[in-house]
Amino acid sequence: MADNRLNPEALSARLQQLAQAAAIHQWDLGASCSTDTSVQVDRGEAKLMKGAQRSAITVRVWNDKGLVGITSTSDLSDAGLERALGGAHAASAFGNSEETPAFSPLATAPLVSLDQPLREPQPILTLLESLKEAERQLLDRHGAIGTVPYNGLAQRSSERLYLNSDGARRHQLLTTASIYLYARAEEAGRKPRSSGAVRMAFGTSDLDIAGCIEEAAERTIAHLDYAPIETGSYTCVFSPEAFLDLIGAFSSLFNARSVLDGVSLSQRDSLGQSLAVPFLSIRDNGLHPGNIGASLFDGEGTPTAPLELVEGGILRNFLHSEATARAFGVHPTGHAGMGAKVSVGPDWFEIGPTPGSGGGQQGLDRFIHGGPLVVIDSLSALHAGVKASQGSFSLPFDGWLLAGGVSRSIEAATVAGDIRKLLREIIGFEGEAKVTPDGLCPYVWVEGLSITGEA
Amino acid sequence: MVASTPVSGANPACFDSSWLPRLESLLAAGRGAGADLVEIFLERTDHLGVLAEQEAITNVSPSFGMGAGIRVFRGKRDGFVSTNDLSAQGLLQGLDQALGMLGLMLSSAPSSVPSKGFEGLGALRDFSAVKGDWLERCPSLAEATAKLLEGTSRLAKHGEHLQARRGSYSRDWQSVLVAASDGTFARDIRLHQSLGLNVLAADGDHRAGLGRRYGTSDRPDDLRDWDADAAAQDVCTSVGTMLYADYVEAGQMPAVLANRFGGVIFHEACGHLLETTQVERGTTPFADMVGESIAHEAVTAIDEGLSDGAFGSLSMDDEGMEPQRTVLIERGVLKGFLSDRAGELRTGHGRTGSGRRQSHAFAAASRMRNTFIAAGPHTPDQLIASVDKGLYCKSMGGGSVGPTGQFNFAVEEGYLIENGQLTKPVKGATLIGEAKEVMPRISMCANDLELAAGFCGSVSGSINVTVGQPHIKVESITVGGR
Repeated sequence: MADNRLNPEALSARLQQLAQAAAIHQWDLGASCSTDTSVQVDRGEAKLMKGAQRSAITVRVWNDKGLVGITSTSDLSDAGLERALGGAHAASAFGNSEETPAFSPLATAPLVSLDQPLREPQPILTLLESLKEAERQLLDRHGAIGTVPYNGLAQRSSERLYLNSDGARRHQLLTTASIYLYARAEEAGRKPRSSGAVRMAFGTSDLDIAGCIEEAAERTIAHLDYAPIETGSYTCVFSPEAFLDLIGAFSSLFNARSVLDGVSLSQRDSLGQSLAVPFLSIRDNGLHPGNIGASLFDGEGTPTAPLELVEGGILRNFLHSEATARAFGVHPTGHAGMGAKVSVGPDWFEIGPTPGSGGGQQGLDRFIHGGPLVVIDSLSALHAGVKASQGSFSLPFDGWLLAGGVSRSIEAATVAGDIRKLLREIIGFEGEAKVTPDGLCPYVWVEGLSITGEA
Repeated sequence: MVASTPVSGANPACFDSSWLPRLESLLAAGRGAGADLVEIFLERTDHLGVLAEQEAITNVSPSFGMGAGIRVFRGKRDGFVSTNDLSAQGLLQGLDQALGMLGLMLSSAPSSVPSKGFEGLGALRDFSAVKGDWLERCPSLAEATAKLLEGTSRLAKHGEHLQARRGSYSRDWQSVLVAASDGTFARDIRLHQSLGLNVLAADGDHRAGLGRRYGTSDRPDDLRDWDADAAAQDVCTSVGTMLYADYVEAGQMPAVLANRFGGVIFHEACGHLLETTQVERGTTPFADMVGESIAHEAVTAIDEGLSDGAFGSLSMDDEGMEPQRTVLIERGVLKGFLSDRAGELRTGHGRTGSGRRQSHAFAAASRMRNTFIAAGPHTPDQLIASVDKGLYCKSMGGGSVGPTGQFNFAVEEGYLIENGQLTKPVKGATLIGEAKEVMPRISMCANDLELAAGFCGSVSGSINVTVGQPHIKVESITVGGR
């Protein structure tokens, strides 16, 4: 709390000193510090006001046999650093000799410059008033909206750092803010319904609060007049958010670590093979301007960069850390975490038609389609309903049945299928791609998915 | 065991009575500034994670941390600040920030003399008295890695078509000290260990992934006592069966849910809705139904923190209160809610020793501990025999409940029931429904109650819990599938 800032020079010098004393010649370090404030409200009253100061350091060392050990701590004092270094050295005795991480060859490569303006934090009581007003406006939007049980307005100032004993030094400062509003509506004799919206920005003054209220209200009201759906096979239209969630849940398809571990549906030789319809492209692009909170470098110091994953339906690349890139004979892609066994993950997806491909069926419009169509607005329970290594999913969703020109919200239902089959049964895209917190995507039409409603 | 006098911890990472003056000073300062109640939660942690894959240890990840959570109440409002800085200056700044959230401010440098409205801390309630050497008694890193490799080797012995074999071990040691301006002063040491075995089997287009987790609290020797062979055989038998299973046909049907982790149905469908956190939000349909029937009379449900060694057991909760045995539902009638300090303040339901949090970074909230449906009079075979056509759920995956009470959870290992007999295995099932509708449909309970370890994520983070039940029969539930 006293001084929640990282000092790269001092940290580097201190670690070098401690490492020399312990006869450790190779090390690297990832550190982060953040200061958060957030508020929640409940029917015009403050519900929870929260502040947090967080700090964390992860130290890796290579022992004299070249094996790697790691330790993390929230204690940034000299004693904490010394203990972490000692712990990592002790853990290195159990390092995996079959696969040892090394420094990323790109840990000193130039970083791109992003426009990430730093915003001053607002006083927490100002946040409280803003959120109370947002709640009031949302409650006023419809008589059935009785509460906004899940809501929050938060701001964060954060710092990230990567250092290594070869002289790499990465440092990034960032401010972000977010608001979420999830309303609950209920009409006499009917079950309660709920929906909501999220917005992110560099600071609270930049947040599109009005847009968030509008979207939360529209979505909630649109689910009031619900009806059960008959179990069967339907053409489905995924909202951008829902499709991005689904692709994110199956991102092991693109993950070199998962491929090497044998838990991905992809194999080493899947590159260059057809994965989807010939008009689908999926790109990972953490540097997209819509990605609030973009990292300039990954956990190994590798610069973040755009990467084509699927182009014209063909699997083109995997996401890599230094170790997986070495195993595949390519460069690291900037998607690594930090560890003795380094994890790999996506940043921010751009999904849409492959340029020049035509993009599937043209002129798709769910509002003029004769139907029946199931519009999948949001998916839930992805942690439980997705079997990424099997390819299957069975997920509850909120959405609408469009039939005969009439749209009706669907009572409790699930959508089930296989991701490989789904990617080959995309019909086309509708509308412009939308920027969401997870990526960029238009509405996606898919043929023949199993919907379970009433028997 | 509780000792009533302050003692110094054997482990230097433990909090001892030397913290008393600093804490009293902060609490007095908070009260002096106008807070109704100030609570300080101090924490030190020591974590070890180990991953074995096939025949190798592929990740060893020790970590240690420390921090404080400071909560200030005024009326029914509260402000919460967390920090990694345990220095006097850091804690004072945290208190100042928390007070500022309620429009209060420190009037001057804190005094060591108790102020008006604060009579000083009571005698330390020491729940850690017999736990000082637990961390040292846990298996060494060498022991842990050897045991895990034994697990993955047993998987290879018992399984066929295994494409990936993983064993994971997690040891979480936590030292906590809770001090509040109502005099609460208590400390504890918690030890949780968990083991997981996960496999992926593949044969042509057939693929099946499956895992099992075992977890206990307060048992330093737990890993040593683990029967790796039996655990591996259990996982391999299940994945072998599911590898060639067909996808379940969707629809509304009766279901029999096996004991142990089948208890996730109660956890998701009803347990979360009986936390005062949900009463406060207005997201439970049961808020005004104490004394009313909300479930079939076959159902009695309990939440407690007392079962010996169970993953969700506690000596004290994260607000310094000893856990109660809370009867939630008795023969179908709602008896009470799980409540923490804020829940009691805002809803009037008395505290039950259920104030829990993942770490100092979260304010405590009413959360489940060991939650189970009580045993009934039947045998599991009687339940299965009573179903003409339905689903037997032997093993459940995770689940969730939404703000309208709609729940869902995945069936990891399922079988059809036809004419009162288990027949072919099926996969890909998700059970969905609403608490108010499904609880009256739990019509039969068997006599084989068992608990299973798991993690529960909610407003105050991810915490250790157990779910549990005997075999139960649900008369009708929606099964999502293909």
